[in-house]
Amino acid sequence: MAITINGSDVEAPGDARVSLLDLVRDRLNLPGTKKGCNQGACGACTVLVDGERVLSCMTLAVQCEGRSVTTIEGLAAGGALHSLQQAFIDHDGFQCGYCTPGQICSAVGMIAEIERGVPSVITADLGGEGLSLSREEIQERMSGNLCRCGAHNGIIDAISEILVREAAE
Amino acid sequence: MSNFVENAKQAVQGAAQAAMQKAVELAPDSWIPGGRPDPLIDRKHGLIGAQTSRVDGSLKVRGAAPFAAEFPLEGLLYAAVTFSTIAKGRITTLDTAEAEAAPGVVLVMTHRNAPRMRPMPLFLTSQKAAGGDDLPVMQDDRIHWNGQPVALVLAETQEQADHAASLVRVAYEVEPALLSFAEAKAKGTEPGIFMGPMKLEIGDPEAALAAAPHKVDTVYRTPRHSHNAIELHAATVAWQGDTLRVHDASQAVAHTAWSLAEIFGIDESNVHVTSPFVGGGFGGKSLWHHQVLAAAASKLTGRPVRIVLSREGVYRLVGGRTLTEQRLALGARDDGTLDAIIHTGTVAMTPHNAMPEPFILPTQSAYAARSIKLDVEVVKLDMLANTFMRAPGESVGTFALESAMDELAVELGMDPVELRIRNEPEKDPTSGLPFSSRHIVDAYRMGAERFGWSARSATPGMRREGEWLIGMGVATATYPYHRMPGGAARLTLTRDGRVTVEAAAHEMGMGTATAQSQITAERLGLSLDQVTVHYGDSAMPGMILAGGSQQTASIGAAVIAAQRELVAELLKLAGNDSPLAGLKPDEVGGMNGGLAKLDEPDRFESYVSILTRANSDEVSVVGNAPMPLETQHWSMHSYGAMFCEVRVNAITGEPRVSRFLGSFDCGRIINAKTAASQFRGGIIMGLGLALMEETVFDERSGRIMNPSMAEYHVPVHMDVPEIDVIWTDIADPHTPMGAHGVGEIGITGVGAAVANAVYNATGKRVRDLPITLDKLM
Ligand code: FES
Ligand code: FES
Repeated sequence: MAITINGSDVEAPGDARVSLLDLVRDRLNLPGTKKGCNQGACGACTVLVDGERVLSCMTLAVQCEGRSVTTIEGLAAGGALHSLQQAFIDHDGFQCGYCTPGQICSAVGMIAEIERGVPSVITADLGGEGLSLSREEIQERMSGNLCRCGAHNGIIDAISEILVREAAE
Repeated sequence: MSNFVENAKQAVQGAAQAAMQKAVELAPDSWIPGGRPDPLIDRKHGLIGAQTSRVDGSLKVRGAAPFAAEFPLEGLLYAAVTFSTIAKGRITTLDTAEAEAAPGVVLVMTHRNAPRMRPMPLFLTSQKAAGGDDLPVMQDDRIHWNGQPVALVLAETQEQADHAASLVRVAYEVEPALLSFAEAKAKGTEPGIFMGPMKLEIGDPEAALAAAPHKVDTVYRTPRHSHNAIELHAATVAWQGDTLRVHDASQAVAHTAWSLAEIFGIDESNVHVTSPFVGGGFGGKSLWHHQVLAAAASKLTGRPVRIVLSREGVYRLVGGRTLTEQRLALGARDDGTLDAIIHTGTVAMTPHNAMPEPFILPTQSAYAARSIKLDVEVVKLDMLANTFMRAPGESVGTFALESAMDELAVELGMDPVELRIRNEPEKDPTSGLPFSSRHIVDAYRMGAERFGWSARSATPGMRREGEWLIGMGVATATYPYHRMPGGAARLTLTRDGRVTVEAAAHEMGMGTATAQSQITAERLGLSLDQVTVHYGDSAMPGMILAGGSQQTASIGAAVIAAQRELVAELLKLAGNDSPLAGLKPDEVGGMNGGLAKLDEPDRFESYVSILTRANSDEVSVVGNAPMPLETQHWSMHSYGAMFCEVRVNAITGEPRVSRFLGSFDCGRIINAKTAASQFRGGIIMGLGLALMEETVFDERSGRIMNPSMAEYHVPVHMDVPEIDVIWTDIADPHTPMGAHGVGEIGITGVGAAVANAVYNATGKRVRDLPITLDKLM
């Protein structure tokens, strides 16, 4: 079975040790997904697998057979920017840009989690109607994505803007 | 005057001495770079100071900005490193047979088969030296630190290389190593040398301290820190004939090219280093063993090599900030004015580097004390070479100085903001130089107002909400203005009226291309989209290190020089048929897409018209920045007043920073958006320094015990409150654009601001970073 990556089918690697991260970076020339630790601690390698955010360094490529992977390169169609990508630029939600693809993919996955009503450790009212879009909720849910440049404020501002906009729609 | 500049140049290079230094101090302002204000300072409503979004933003958010490990080369081999597990001794057995036989392995390089190479030229020992240490790189069986590379494996895939590296078998003959800081101190310290001696005594501070009616005399400690840029150190290298091509993650491309040439005994022109994007540097992305090893292994195999250090590999191979132990004593009169400041102490370094963490730097210029004593002593341990990390010196030195000022304010019963204002110096207290631009009192007043400082209770432990004790603290931030020698830039104007800037400088997140596009466009009278800035290439002019928060001023000064050349060329091309005919370069400036007479702007010709009439496709010039004599003529610094509110859990001791304001005085701000990000980024790294960061060093084995992002804690989203930043925006009349550096100042003062707020919340004074909950329970 093939792995679908950004809409194209790719054969799973013969070497079962190959992580999803190394598959896209080293073998498919999709280096937008970043390696910051290779041990599940930084979030730079976050991609979406069937719409859920995963750490691609902790995911073996062969585990993704029959599944659909979206990397930063596949987020927006045909050269346009995804609304989150534009919001990151507007709010200066990055400096060096190295953690950025992971932050953005993580945020896309996180927004979907909020829409599905998935609680976080700080969600107080588990039975309540819809989840709060508080800054703290976003901070908590994004805390697996490290940023050493310290673009945290801009990142949360960018995500908040998109969440508020989506809630209004 | 040119003779004066020549002599001064030698003085800066250390060839001639105090006499020349004195001459630079005493020379008329007009002889000194910055003696006449940069005309851009007067342009109030243009691109300077605008909230311009990053010109490379779209590349970065799409993951399309190429980093060092992302250059695909035909026939690439992947590298993995085996590290020593002892701190000192000799390799006795080095069995590589199993690794060599492993699938996909092309080379196992050890000291037995590595090519002969010279040691890395040690940073600061010559103008373009970039090395973190000057040890032999895999040349013999000696081990100098726990984690030293002993073998490098090349294989067809990363998985194969990683596996094979684990199969290298090494045995050692262990020798006693000096690893304990206390033991080393007991054996004796030596004076630290950092761009000169770090010993200074004015008056009799010990006697003044003894006689002072109010005093503080304590010891502060800061641990080792790691940069932890999220991008792993990496390089993709290839030998193309005799030329070594390096795609590096570097904050020093020109320095790295020269240093690699020295190491391999080849001509500097045969090394080409590029680094278009760097995923965070903070002082850590210079030349370390991994680039040298990759180049050596590539040479042996004749194939291109990619090396990406594992996160553990970064901790083993790339030094961080060293630990400090600082005595800070203050003696004051009843009115709070200081009779004595004593700032002395000891740091650890190694026998093979030259970086004694200069924690006294902030104290040199801080307060108008009647007597001052400064001294940095060092001990040399058998460890990985420590190095520069964001605001070396100031980041940890301000923790001691500004904590002690807070302790003195408590002792005096005086507001800590007021205490600082009372000790504001009129000229630099140790060099005696006039300040070029110092408005720190304004920054304090603005900050106190905005933060609501007056709501603070001077008595600790007075504010509580539920389980949380709330307190406020304040501290001064300071970092010098630097402009290093060797800045240069090329300006190329094309017939379509567009300009390209090229300089061997760097982008690690500071927004270099964006800020320099704004500056150049404003200077030449172009729109932002008519300027393109290229950088990160050792083949470009100059050697502008991304260090010392100096890039903006250094590139700026080089572009000023290049613009003069460009204008001279254009006036020649314009000839006698132009409205500009007969004018001298000094009489014209760039505006509205062309040149105009400064005091008669109707005498104008556009760049397009000049080049078209001359039938010229482009004009290209290189400008060399003048020697940075201004830093010996004035005392030049960035400043800030840092205000912090913390909440400390009364039951668990957990400290949280709930509010933070940085009020800065850093000259003219070039880009309000990216500068704010720089300030915030520095402050957030400062929150890490205050509350959680420590590289844990095992003094028995010499091994770093937390070499991972899971065990070395940096601030995450949940730790970072909304950080407010404001600035005076007062231009320094003596710097290019009126600007000061903004990259490092943010981390300074933060440790003390947090510690002082924790004291105000709880009554507990923590003098030993980081302030973890066990110290507050
Ligand atoms: S690279 Fe996957 S979490 Fe850091
Ligand atoms: S932008 Fe550099 S690590 Fe986040």
